[in-house]
Amino acid sequence: MSATRELMFDHGQPSYSEVNNDVINALTTTTWRYWVTLVISAGTALLFFVAPWIYQIIVGVGAAGMNRNAMWGTYLSNFIFWIGLSHSGTLLSAVLHITQSDWRKSIYRSAEAMTLFSLMTAAMFVMVHVGRVWFVHWTFPFPNPMELWPNFRSPLMFDVMAILTYLTASSVFIYMGSLPDFAAVRDRSTGLRRRIYAVMCFGWRGTAHEWHTLGWAYTFFAVLVIPLAVSVHSIVSWDFAMSTVPGLHHTIFAPYFVCGAIYSGTAGIVTVMWMLRKFMGFGRYIGQLHIDNLSKLLLVLSLIWTYINICENFSGWYSGTSFEYEAILYRVWEGPFWWLYWEMILFCAVVPLVLFSRRIRTNWNVMLVISILINIGMLTERFVIVASSLPRKFLPDVFGTYFPSLVEISITVGSFAIFTTLFLLFVKIFPAVSIYEVKETLNPLRKREAHT
Amino acid sequence: MSTIRDKLREYRTAGYYTEFEYHWTMAVDLDRCTGCEACVVACQAENNLPIVGEKLMRQGREMKWLRIERYWDGEYPNARLNFIPMLCQHCDEAPCEIACPVFATYHNQDGLNAQVYNRCIGTRTCAVYCPYEVRFFNWFTYTWDEPLEQQLNPDVTVREKGVMEKCTFCVQRINRAKDLARDEDRRVADGEAQPACAQACPTDAIVFGDRNDPESAVSRKLEDPRAYSVLEELNTHPSVVYLKNARKPLAGGADDDHHGDESDSRASREGARPTWERGHDPRSGPALREGETPSLQTQQADTVA
Repeated sequence: MSATRELMFDHGQPSYSEVNNDVINALTTTTWRYWVTLVISAGTALLFFVAPWIYQIIVGVGAAGMNRNAMWGTYLSNFIFWIGLSHSGTLLSAVLHITQSDWRKSIYRSAEAMTLFSLMTAAMFVMVHVGRVWFVHWTFPFPNPMELWPNFRSPLMFDVMAILTYLTASSVFIYMGSLPDFAAVRDRSTGLRRRIYAVMCFGWRGTAHEWHTLGWAYTFFAVLVIPLAVSVHSIVSWDFAMSTVPGLHHTIFAPYFVCGAIYSGTAGIVTVMWMLRKFMGFGRYIGQLHIDNLSKLLLVLSLIWTYINICENFSGWYSGTSFEYEAILYRVWEGPFWWLYWEMILFCAVVPLVLFSRRIRTNWNVMLVISILINIGMLTERFVIVASSLPRKFLPDVFGTYFPSLVEISITVGSFAIFTTLFLLFVKIFPAVSIYEVKETLNPLRKREAHT
Repeated sequence: MSTIRDKLREYRTAGYYTEFEYHWTMAVDLDRCTGCEACVVACQAENNLPIVGEKLMRQGREMKWLRIERYWDGEYPNARLNFIPMLCQHCDEAPCEIACPVFATYHNQDGLNAQVYNRCIGTRTCAVYCPYEVRFFNWFTYTWDEPLEQQLNPDVTVREKGVMEKCTFCVQRINRAKDLARDEDRRVADGEAQPACAQACPTDAIVFGDRNDPESAVSRKLEDPRAYSVLEELNTHPSVVYLKNARKPLAGGADDDHHGDESDSRASREGARPTWERGHDPRSGPALREGETPSLQTQQADTVA
């Protein structure tokens, strides 16, 4: 156990006060680089996401490249990508909490934040996708004088429910876990910041009773969140699988999507960890052990993902229905996006095989590249699923093609800016590394040293 | 007392109706269809369908609730054209109906697959789920130039952007016929409710009526041995039934030009049927199971190549 503890900190264990200083300084001291990055990303979000969206609301969804055959396009595939990206943070954090894996403690806060913000970005894509966004609240079962209810048979309606539940649970989970840290910030700051954090920490005093309640509630939520996370992407996959469309109508879609979601989410965590190390100075708390464990997880997930992909293509070939077979053929070879399919196989199935090497697993810079490649692959995976299945369903007379328009591409770019903006705001409001939980992992001997 | 099983069956029944007051059905006799597209024009005029223009047409965004699909049989010069009018099939087990999160599309008491424009939020899931591709989305708000707006049908809504629409079996005409019949305290007589396409068809290829009435013209058409449904293997139970055209095989034509594979022998055996039908005719079930049937797409590719 102590060996693990030594591994967690690359440059020796910090003392209690050093943990406080490091994390809280990241909140309070802001360089001009931060502001420049924030302005650039917020500007990009406005220019590339909000502006084209307003244009699209005014003229109609026809501003996007979708047509009669491909009624869904990049909006939906991006929605699935962002939901997928949200899947690792809270899920991983909860699983590792229950299995009492100590190494989670310095990375889970940012991972959960990633969940939260990618879920919000995904929710934005639902709004962008629908034809009449001003009526989107009709998908909620709210009491109304017309006694109209949503359709409880619809996978989309369950989608809305699942995502909202996941969003609520994730928000509560991250906020609850941050309470003692808010209190720590309150104790260390002055003026307005102190008053704000005094409210945010709900008057946390750190009594034994409070710690006991927090621990109990936290474990309760961890248990609650795990099935929730699995259900969310299963339900998202049913949006596709419940249709009759060849290439989408697979029973394997739920595990496929859940696996893909955790896969891209874990890759996303690696990317975010690299950023935190590089730009926020958390290199001391996020080290070799974390990247090694995350990479092992990535490797396992990539193998599962590859297996499911083989299954999908095999069952398409084995099913004996020509529709299914030709949908597969169109996707991997005959269609306009065959190269995207093979790009996705290269990035998500072949490249991660290098993770068998421990030297690569523990190299942060190589892992940054691999994690970004994986997420590019997963982004295109969702696009390929949508864009290669819908234009060709059954009747050859109406076969068509789909290519995203400038509005769609711009909104896709803008969504990354939205995510970045939200995350930049997060690192200045939340302690991005859990102060009290990192302290829990410190070597007791070192604790005494710190106190003397 | 109804058991849970009864409740379940009721729940699973299309639109929660266990039986329909009228079961509106359309029979399309492909033997009679000449592909003149009079039905398409009639539909356009009756249902206030916008003329989207060349640019949007090229983008695949035309609004045609009823379209004539064309499938070629054989190769030039020994070629033959087959038409099949394709419109909303008003499936009793409609894939679109389970999809809509807000119940904008549902099955009504007449067995019609109804679309509520006011309720639609435009997720377009119904169109994705529809295997017949007969749902049309208002990508923009379309307008009619002066004085064309004067010819809009006052009985039919003009749809705005972001709304899904599709063939209604001219529900405004059905409702008018039902209102008349109710005033006179009788059921709608056969032929009293006619959609615009059936009315316009010069060769009477389209027959429309109530399937619940065993004496109606459409019920008699359904007993025809040529009757089949498109994509019946999807179990959508369409309300549009097609009567296949029984024509002689092309003399020395495409059917003989196939390259002597197994499907070729079957093709010459059943050569009376046009190419596009073979893979999808329920009556060719055994052949399908043997796995020798080339699909619609490959057949198309074969005939084109």
